[in-house]
Amino acid sequence: MAAGRESIGNTLRVAFVVCLACAVVVSTASVALRPAQLDNRTQYRQINILQAADLYQPGMDVRAAFAQIDRRFVDIDTGEYVEQPADYDPVRAARNPETSRPVAPDPASIRRQADVAEVYLAYDDDGNVRRIILPVHGYGLWSTMYGFLALEPDANTVAGIGFFEHGETPGLGGEIDNPRWQSNWQGKQLFDDDGEVAIRVLKGAVGEGTPGREHLVDGLSGATLTANGVNNLVRFWVGEAGFGPYLQRMRQAYQDNGDGAI
Amino acid sequence: MATARAKDVLFQPIFNNNPIALQILGICSALAITTTLQTTITMCLAVIFVLTLSNYFVSVIRTHIPSNIRIIVQMTIITSLVIVVDQFLQAYAYDISRQLSVFVGLIITNCIILGRAEAFAMNNPPMLSAVDGFGNALGYSIVLLFVGVCRELFGSGTLMGVEILRPLSEGGWYAPNGLMLLPPSAFFLIGAFIWLLRAWKAEQVEEQPFEIAPNSRTSEAF
Repeated sequence: MAAGRESIGNTLRVAFVVCLACAVVVSTASVALRPAQLDNRTQYRQINILQAADLYQPGMDVRAAFAQIDRRFVDIDTGEYVEQPADYDPVRAARNPETSRPVAPDPASIRRQADVAEVYLAYDDDGNVRRIILPVHGYGLWSTMYGFLALEPDANTVAGIGFFEHGETPGLGGEIDNPRWQSNWQGKQLFDDDGEVAIRVLKGAVGEGTPGREHLVDGLSGATLTANGVNNLVRFWVGEAGFGPYLQRMRQAYQDNGDGAI
Repeated sequence: MATARAKDVLFQPIFNNNPIALQILGICSALAITTTLQTTITMCLAVIFVLTLSNYFVSVIRTHIPSNIRIIVQMTIITSLVIVVDQFLQAYAYDISRQLSVFVGLIITNCIILGRAEAFAMNNPPMLSAVDGFGNALGYSIVLLFVGVCRELFGSGTLMGVEILRPLSEGGWYAPNGLMLLPPSAFFLIGAFIWLLRAWKAEQVEEQPFEIAPNSRTSEAF
């Protein structure tokens, strides 16, 4: 045995058996735990939607709160609602050439976007729209940042922003998770009076009395490139190539009947 | 080797032959995940699980492992165990798993684990190896818990998220020490731990490898 232990045959055999045993263990764990992990991920996403919309309180029943949130699908070109199966996944759709398109110009560096995007509408107890929540993503310094931009029913005023997945430098670009920075988005106006995208993340802080400061957001010191990334992705997604037509429609509807009920 | 007793194997690594304090292994994770006690405890449990089982399995097949592929075989076993831990955390402790992020995966590269597999499990029977793995993981955990308690208590004034020292911002008296939340503080704390340990057990103090000669002339810069 001791002599055969170093032989090529034994080397191959041990390598094969060890790999096989480990593969079985790893795949069993992965397959058996997949449902629980998916559940966690869904819930994490829901918490982030609520947080971005400023509707989240720690310890609340996320599932119950989510009962007042509707998931709708929007055609990127027309801004009209369209029907999609409940398991429609925009991230997967963006990879499929038949349900997506290349993005050009591409300020947010996302390369492809799905033809149909999802939005979340949060309703109050009377059935009126309280928040419009748009999933947004784009490239920062190191990573694609995935987040949500929540708007007031006027489809113009920002109610909140939050990122649930990114790989920016902790302490610098990672400060996009800082509630203090996120809170300075609240109340900002996306569009100017002509309906053009006016929101902008500055480098540095917005000074007192700066003209148009309702459109300007403080940058992040030490993280100019991440802040630029956030600027680009927000401007892209609320712009013409993103949710622009949809938001245009929502603004119009809000002005027409004033109560935001659509 | 045959004289190694289970009790010694279990308790020696805790203070007398502590993997962090004496062998200075596995420092990296001690810096990264000790800002709060909750993540620290999770990390300790994960390392205890991985180290005990990896030592056991390596030891079980030690007479069959050809020596030229032994490291990769050990790594395969360790990696599989770490993946299982990671999957479990993602399924049952999602928040903690997000906070630990890559550091669960980095248990694979924790030098203590490969070190014990190579140094102990390859030469000892399975049960004794498992005990050795458990003992070393306890030694690692002791240091981590010490660092984790200090950092959370003095950095945020809480323990396990429960407020102990009321911080000034909440109307209390305690000014949280921000340094404690940054990785360098773990270096200071581990240094303090080693200092205390060596003051107690003077035999762990290493001999100077060489004497630094006194300056023989004044530098020209003066």
